[in-house]
Amino acid sequence: MWFPRLASDRVLRLRPIEAPFALTLRRNNTERIHCLNARAEEMGLHRGMPFADARAFCPDLHSAPAHPARDARFLAMLRRWATRYCPWVGFEAEDGLVLDITGSAHLFGGETAMLGDMHARLTRAGLTVRLGLGATRGAAWAFAHFGGTAVHAGADRDALGRLPVAALRLEAETVTALERLGLRTIADLAAAPRAPVTRRFGPGVLMRLDQALGALPEQITPETEPPHYGVRLTLPEPIGLVGDVMAGAGRLVERLCARLKENAAGARVLCLTLRRVDQASQQVELRLASAMRDPARILPLFERGVGAADAGFGIDQMRLEATVIEPLAPEQLGAVPSRKGAGGDRLEDLITRIGTRIGLENVRRFLPADSHIPERGFLVAPAAWSRPEGAWTLLRPRPPILFRPEPIAGTGPRPPGQFRWRRMSFETAMATGPERIAPEWWLDDEGWRTGVRDYWHVQTRQGRRLWLFHTPQAPGWFVQGEFA
Amino acid sequence: MGFAAAICAQGAGQILWIREAWRSETLNPTGLGLFFDPHRLLWASVTTQTDALAVAEEALKDGAILLVVIELTNALDLREGRRLQLAAKAGQTTGLCLIPEGMGSNAAETRWYCAPLAGDGRMDSTLMRWALIKNKSGTLGTWDVRWDHAARRLDVVSPAGERPGSAPAPD
Repeated sequence: MWFPRLASDRVLRLRPIEAPFALTLRRNNTERIHCLNARAEEMGLHRGMPFADARAFCPDLHSAPAHPARDARFLAMLRRWATRYCPWVGFEAEDGLVLDITGSAHLFGGETAMLGDMHARLTRAGLTVRLGLGATRGAAWAFAHFGGTAVHAGADRDALGRLPVAALRLEAETVTALERLGLRTIADLAAAPRAPVTRRFGPGVLMRLDQALGALPEQITPETEPPHYGVRLTLPEPIGLVGDVMAGAGRLVERLCARLKENAAGARVLCLTLRRVDQASQQVELRLASAMRDPARILPLFERGVGAADAGFGIDQMRLEATVIEPLAPEQLGAVPSRKGAGGDRLEDLITRIGTRIGLENVRRFLPADSHIPERGFLVAPAAWSRPEGAWTLLRPRPPILFRPEPIAGTGPRPPGQFRWRRMSFETAMATGPERIAPEWWLDDEGWRTGVRDYWHVQTRQGRRLWLFHTPQAPGWFVQGEFA
Repeated sequence: MGFAAAICAQGAGQILWIREAWRSETLNPTGLGLFFDPHRLLWASVTTQTDALAVAEEALKDGAILLVVIELTNALDLREGRRLQLAAKAGQTTGLCLIPEGMGSNAAETRWYCAPLAGDGRMDSTLMRWALIKNKSGTLGTWDVRWDHAARRLDVVSPAGERPGSAPAPD
C-alpha cells in the first residue's frame, strides 16, 4: 500500500477543500511544498518546490503547515487498521504499509477481491492509495509505485521485468547511471552479466534485484503492539451518587487489574476520567505508593478523589487508565518473608491515602549517607520510591534535632562559661570535646566556608544539652543542635 | 523531644512523624539512632496544621503504624482532639502530640511535662524529669529518668536523699 498524498489527505479529511492545496514544511530555511493534492499537481506544482514560486504559479493555492509527527501517527493508525486483513503488517518508508497476506487472502474471496476491498475502503475514507501485489516485497513495491494503475494485482515475472529499473528501490543517481548504460528495465538488468554490474555499482543494485525476483528473502517486521492499560464504561443513564460511581469504578478496576496481571505489571499512577452529560470531564488521579494490581486494595483508595469530584448533571462515561506502569512479578504468598518489611501492604495503602492528601513526595524516610558532616549524614527520600536499606553507623553521639548554626557570643577555643542563646541565658556545667570535623573540600558548601569545626557537647546548669561548635579559622561560636 | 524518642523506642513497628514544612529544625536520624532504628521512621511533611491533623487521623485509624507523633503549634479545639482520640481508639494506635506549654487538649488520655535536668557529673547524662500532669485513668506522678544509650532502655533515677518528685529540682 502506498499513500502518495498521505499528509495532505490527512489534513483534507479533517477540512475538505475543493481547491489546490499544499502543505508546506520549512527546510533549509525555505518554505517548501511537502505534500499537495491532485488539483494542485494539475496546476503544475510539484513536491520540494519553494512555496513562494508555487504561490506565483497558482495564486488561489490553499496551504497549511505540515506536521510530520502527526502524519506518522496517522500512518500508525492505518497500520493498526490494516491488521484486519492480515496480522503481518509493517511500515514501508514514511508513506507506505507492507502486508504479508500469505494465507489470509482467501478469507476475503481471493487476492483481487481483497485488493478491491482495500481500495474501496481507503478511497471512501478520502485517501489516495496505490496498491501493488507481488510475490516478493520488492515486487509489490514496484507494482504499487510503477504499476501505472491504482490497483495492480496481476503479478508475474514478465510484468515485473517490463518495469523501469527505478522500481527496484534504488537511489536516483544509480538509476540514471543504469539508464545511461542502456539498462532501462528490470529485465535488462536481470539479463546483464552480474560481475561487472557489482563492480561498478556495488552490491546494492543486485541485492535489490534479487529481492524483487525472490532470490533473496526479505522479511516484513510487524510492529509490536504495546499493551494498552485503559478501560472504559459507558452508562445508559447518567449517575451521580458516590456509591454508584464507586461501583462503576470497581468494575473498571477489576478489568484493568486482570489486564495488568496478564502482563505481570503493576500500576503506579491511575487516572479515572469521569465524563459528564454536559461533555465536561473530571479527572481523579491516584498515585500509589507501590506498584499494585489488587482490585480490593486499589478501589478504596479512590474514595477520597471520587467523593471530591463534581458530578454536575450526572456522569455517563467513566474511563480508567493506568498512566504509569511498573513491572510487578507475581509474588509467592507466605513462604518467603515479604521484602516490604513491617507493615507491608497496609503501610503502603496508608502512604497512598496520606499521599492523596499531602502529595506522595511529602511522605519521606531517612536513608543513611556516607558523610561525617552532620547535616549530610543522612538522605531524605520519598517513602514510596525507596526501601529502608543500608546500615546506620553511629560513632559518636549526635543530637536528634539539628538546626542552622545560630551564633552565640564567645571567644577562645573552650566553650564559654556563660552564654545567651534564643534569649535564654545558660551556664556551662560541663563540656565534652572537641570533636573536629573538617569540611568536605570536594563539595562547595556555603555553611562550611569558615573551615574546620570543633564540636562540643555542652551540658548547661539549666538542664538543656546543646551541641556547640567553634570555628578556629574564623573565630566564632555557634549552636547547631540540641540533645534530647 | 527526648520523651518522644524514648516512646518511639518502645515496640518495633513503624513510626510516623508529622511535622510542618516551615520548621527550621530538622530531625537528625543519626541522633535518633541512639534511641531506635531510624528505618522505622516515616516522616510526613505537611503545610498546615489541618493537613497534619488529617494525616494523623488517617494514620491512627489505619492501625498499620505503631505510633504517630504530631508536632503542633496551635491548640487543638474540642472537636479535633476528640476526633484524634476516636481515631486512635479505632486503630489501637498510640498518638503523641508534641505541644507548646499549656496548650493541651481535653481529649488526651495522659499529658506529660518533660524537661531536661542538669546532670550529676556523668558526662553522657541524659537526665530528664517527666511529670505526668494529666491522667484519665490513674494517678499523677513525677519521675527522673535517664536514657541508657547502650542498652536502649530507660532508667528511673532516684536522687540520693530525696524521693522522686518530692523536692523541686535545683535550677
